[in-house]
Amino acid sequence: MSAAKTFRVLPGFNLTLGYTLGYLSLIVLIPLAAVFLKTAELSFGEFWNVVTAPRVVASYKLSFGMSLLAAAINAVFGLMLAWALVRYTFPGKKLIDALVDLPFALPTAVAGISLTALYAKNGWLGQYLDVLGIQVAFKPLGVLVALVFIGLPFVVRTVQPILEDLDTELEEAATSLGARRWQTFRHVILPILLPALMTGFALAFARAVGEYGSVIFIAGNIPMVSEITPLMIITKLEQYDYTGATAIATVMLILSFILLLVINGLQAWTAKRTGRDR
Amino acid sequence: MSIQVRNIRKQFGAFTALDDISLDFPTGELVALLGPSGCGKTTLLRIIAGLEQADGGQVLLDGEDASDTHVRDRQVGFVFQHYALFRHMTVFDNVAFGIRMKPRRERPSEKQIADKVHELLNLVQLDWLADRFPSQLSGGQRQRIALARALAVEPRVLLLDEPFGALDAKVRKELRRWLRKLHDDLHITSIFVTHDQEEALEVADRVVLMNHGHVEQIGTPEEVYRHPATPFVYGFLGAVNFFHGRVEGEGLRVGDDHLLHAADDFGQGAEVIAFARPHELDIAVGADANQGIPARVSRVLSFGVTARVELDGLNGATGQHFEVELTRERAAELALEEGQAVRLLPSRLSIFEQGHAANAAAAGARK
Repeated sequence: MSAAKTFRVLPGFNLTLGYTLGYLSLIVLIPLAAVFLKTAELSFGEFWNVVTAPRVVASYKLSFGMSLLAAAINAVFGLMLAWALVRYTFPGKKLIDALVDLPFALPTAVAGISLTALYAKNGWLGQYLDVLGIQVAFKPLGVLVALVFIGLPFVVRTVQPILEDLDTELEEAATSLGARRWQTFRHVILPILLPALMTGFALAFARAVGEYGSVIFIAGNIPMVSEITPLMIITKLEQYDYTGATAIATVMLILSFILLLVINGLQAWTAKRTGRDR
Repeated sequence: MSIQVRNIRKQFGAFTALDDISLDFPTGELVALLGPSGCGKTTLLRIIAGLEQADGGQVLLDGEDASDTHVRDRQVGFVFQHYALFRHMTVFDNVAFGIRMKPRRERPSEKQIADKVHELLNLVQLDWLADRFPSQLSGGQRQRIALARALAVEPRVLLLDEPFGALDAKVRKELRRWLRKLHDDLHITSIFVTHDQEEALEVADRVVLMNHGHVEQIGTPEEVYRHPATPFVYGFLGAVNFFHGRVEGEGLRVGDDHLLHAADDFGQGAEVIAFARPHELDIAVGADANQGIPARVSRVLSFGVTARVELDGLNGATGQHFEVELTRERAAELALEEGQAVRLLPSRLSIFEQGHAANAAAAGARK
């Protein structure tokens, strides 16, 4: 120990770190390790057969593809919503602000059922979309709608505080230097919001990948078309094929982890590039 | 380029920020807009820049009405109190920003941009910081970078909103001198807003004093300091002592006491307020009771080049405080003691009619 120990107002590094690690192990690491252990009961060949079955592969594509797309859509519209909530005053602003969190609070099954009722061929919205030849419910598009719905709050809530701190003087400085509106957004505002936006994107994506309740109702669960990976796991469980279920779960875990790692890496990279880490 | 504002009005709800302001800023001058907070000086600056819209009136840039011209087309350089540097960009990129935002066909090559940026960074003497980020700079350095950034687009006028407001006293003084020198080199028409009278008097060619959305006086620092046009200006530009009184015979009656001073401009019996700067008051010990204002010495501060004496008013002036500045010799000669009763004799008095003089007293008291 060095003699000049850093003085801290609130002590307890050892205690908090120990507690955090213990807690994390209990809640997260041990259950995850169990998934890998259970999977290890399979030989590699068996494992490979389970996780590359055509139906399962189709479900990966749907789950990860739609989750990324939904997170991207939420990034764009969540940013717009956060912008409107921070920058303008309008009647009902508080109400809308509260509504943003509703997808968090609503049981996902309720969301799924109401979305299905809304977008089914004879639903309020579905009947008009059907005339246009657009089918939402029981199609991959329906999965997307559900994932957008449940992921909405993440981007709004991560971007909102950064926007509130954002000084309008920066925009004024940019215009006084001759920047057009788009340039001000692209070169001044967006780079400042980007880390928060990416965090929101990552959270929305992670949530969407794991989402089950709201999706299964609207997806229709047609093999090879609208089955999501969590449904494949449940299906295996219902057939008492526990190792099969954990095998798919393992693949999901690894893929999700890689994607989140990439997003975090990107975030660190932008932070470095823009001098925020110093 | 010259700037003229004509009959500018601006309301914020029920609050009148600017009430029919008309001003001329000639080419190449450095003008200070000086006034207490809330006097409308920043609003006026922002209207000239185009960051704020006036409710009425015109802004003429080079004789042309710019009221409908967007900020980005006005070619004004604006420097903000809190720098407003882009924190995600290096110093170099901050300064280059304005040039890079130009439409493609007007944009110089990256090489030319780099040359220009380094030239500007040399001008503000911070070329060695080009690769740093704003967060790694001190306040004074940030403000100089902000200035370099504003100059990069070759503005026709430079507008500075309390440019040194967020800096500590020593850096402020340094930057003030530096700004003056920069202006002498560049001769770009500049307006800067400040609430610090010392800053305005020291840096500007001309000072515009504002209060409650009105212009109180315009003049060179010398003019406004020596010959304040209104009680407000008198009170705002430096420490001041004031006496409420009535014109009587050859002088002023203040309470039970008498001040000898010609007050020909005012009728007999007029209620007036008389001002004297601390150095315009002398202290008399054991003087004729018919003259001067009685006061009691409360503190003698003699650490500087001059000695400052703080006094409490007696008799009619009870509850008032006075400040007198004496030479060290005079102070030694008087050998004042705390608690001693003396009389104050003004060598020079500025007299204004009572009424609109009231807010000057308030301005004076705030110091």
